[in-house]
Amino acid sequence: MSKPSVAVHKFSSCDGCQLAFLNAGEDLLTLSGLVDIRHFLEAGLADEEAEVDIAFVEGSISTADEAERIRKVRAKSRLLVTLGACATSGGLQALRNLDESNEDWKQAIYARPEFIRTLAHAEPVRAHVRVDFELWGCPVNGRQVLAAVRQLLFGVNPLDERDKVCMECKRQNVVCVMVAHDKPCMGPVTRTGCGALCPRFGRDCYACFGPAEQANTSALAQRLEGLGLPPADVARRFLFINSQAPAFHAEGLKHYQPGFANGDRQ
Amino acid sequence: MTERTVSIHVPAMTRVEGEGSLRLRIEAGRIEELALDIFEPPRYFEKFLEGRQYSEVLDIVARICGICPIAYQMTAVQALENAMGIEPAPWVRAMRRVFYCGEWLQSHALHIHLLALPDFLGFDSVVGMAAEHPEAVRRGLRLQGLGNDLIRLLGGRSVHPVGACVGGFYYAPTQAEVDAMLTALREALPQAESLIGWIASLPMPEDAQDFINVALRHPVDYPLAEGRIVTDTGLDIEVSAYEAHFVEEHRPQSTALFSLLDGQPYLVGPLARLNLNLDRLPKATRALLDATGIRFPSRNMFHSLLARTVEIHVAIIEAIRLLEAYVRPDTPHVAVQPRAGVGFGATEAPRGILWHRFEVDDAGIVRAARIVPPTSQNQARIEEDLHRSLLAFGLDQTDDALRLRAETVIRNYDPCISCATHFLDMTVRREPRM
Repeated sequence: MSKPSVAVHKFSSCDGCQLAFLNAGEDLLTLSGLVDIRHFLEAGLADEEAEVDIAFVEGSISTADEAERIRKVRAKSRLLVTLGACATSGGLQALRNLDESNEDWKQAIYARPEFIRTLAHAEPVRAHVRVDFELWGCPVNGRQVLAAVRQLLFGVNPLDERDKVCMECKRQNVVCVMVAHDKPCMGPVTRTGCGALCPRFGRDCYACFGPAEQANTSALAQRLEGLGLPPADVARRFLFINSQAPAFHAEGLKHYQPGFANGDRQ
Repeated sequence: MTERTVSIHVPAMTRVEGEGSLRLRIEAGRIEELALDIFEPPRYFEKFLEGRQYSEVLDIVARICGICPIAYQMTAVQALENAMGIEPAPWVRAMRRVFYCGEWLQSHALHIHLLALPDFLGFDSVVGMAAEHPEAVRRGLRLQGLGNDLIRLLGGRSVHPVGACVGGFYYAPTQAEVDAMLTALREALPQAESLIGWIASLPMPEDAQDFINVALRHPVDYPLAEGRIVTDTGLDIEVSAYEAHFVEEHRPQSTALFSLLDGQPYLVGPLARLNLNLDRLPKATRALLDATGIRFPSRNMFHSLLARTVEIHVAIIEAIRLLEAYVRPDTPHVAVQPRAGVGFGATEAPRGILWHRFEVDDAGIVRAARIVPPTSQNQARIEEDLHRSLLAFGLDQTDDALRLRAETVIRNYDPCISCATHFLDMTVRREPRM
């Protein structure tokens, strides 16, 4: 039996999620023995047209070229797995969607905006093609990705960790930074996967792994207001790395007034 | 003699908005067109930083680059503290340097082994290379892993670490964590030494070029998280004076900006740093470099690879030195009182000087941000180098050899071409000479 084939594709992103593979050390060499890595530019393998069993996709879709390319990737892949926040929820760059800022920002940054061709919105892969599994996180971590690869190779669906960061804090005996220190922690609505890194370091979670299962965002927003956060600050907590994830988007917009992204204080 | 049209595509550079392509057209034995075009979709970081509070900035700028998030965090923190008049404590400055050493180790080891060496040893990828050079690849991956561990010590995770804040760090490692790290660092030192010897022994193309070196300079140490900006043409300026000398321009076909120094291309990165800071090397590192028999300052761009190995050694030596003096503080950061101001920051990212300017209001909200990454500073130099290197190499070389040489020249700068470039799509048209 031939080895399963894998591709890693990059769209609009920072490359940090691909590092889950490139930082894997010895495991990277083991992986290359288990699967046939056909396309992974950063690792030096280029065969974009190859038909593969599993395609990992990093990055959001933010240009017309990317919208076309993701359709080709979908057509060539048996399973398509998103790798991280950009591919799964649009990522940080999707903040431009909030105020339809694409044109203004392009004009502000580039002396020759006519050279820049971007879509108005940066979107998750799911907005363009069917996605089989989503790996959340900004960034995803190596353990999560290699576990998903293992599970897919065994022919089972990857375990989707949807628990809240709060659960992880309890498992690790981490003192609650919200209860003990009044920090505006997003842990109650954020899925775990990071290992409760921020609370372990004494800081509030900033929701880089996206919404947890059944996230009670309005109760948390009320609590944040109770801690003294003005509406703009509450909005910014939800409208950050995963601003396009529906649960965060809906809650964030309740407190949001257009313009904060452009520097206008409310 | 043949005529050729050569177009080379280098997809997807990061933050410099890095999907790029190289266009090369050779006609009648002459290079008629040569440009490195960058077209990775822009993500507009400078704009969505506006309106965000200072306390959110480090988590935002990290996301510009997954390979060098600490460079972005350490440059932004310097600019924000400069803007708000905050003086970091000596412990904080020492730990920022340690943190940054982790990134140099990780990034340089990754570049050398996963991106650059396959060119010099004749492989497509590290996977093929590992079959024939298993020990060398393992050593490289271990050094990369050590860098990641060092980042985790202070940052919790190696990509987009969460430990740094304006004023210091959220968390100070325990003495036991530091001791374990020290043991690992000391064990790795011989590996870094042997890496320098091995890389120095590899045959490199001989090609002396003229270029302006630009790097930070620190009063005592090898430059990393702070310093003045200096050149080998006599410029020696405060970080805040950067904009008076270095100008970015926007070219067609590109989503990145090109930087020039008084209208000239210039070099930032490991080779420029080493050329300008030989006297700041730790003694042990200097002795190893001298023992290679390769003379620095060097005009051979391919010595960048050796410079990276030297900096891996520097990073380990410096991390050991600073962690041996480690004392866990009562609080790892000072309280921040926001105040309005404009601040500047410059640090030595693995790929060269990274420069930031931040303007904040009296509530600590970012009003304006400007970020100049190393790759846009090197871009004009890369094109200049490609031009000279291909001419020196010989335009009548085979298509494959020309393509490989062009790829090698580009990769040698370790541009944040995320997908690094083992993918150059070159089409060659041959037409009879007129």
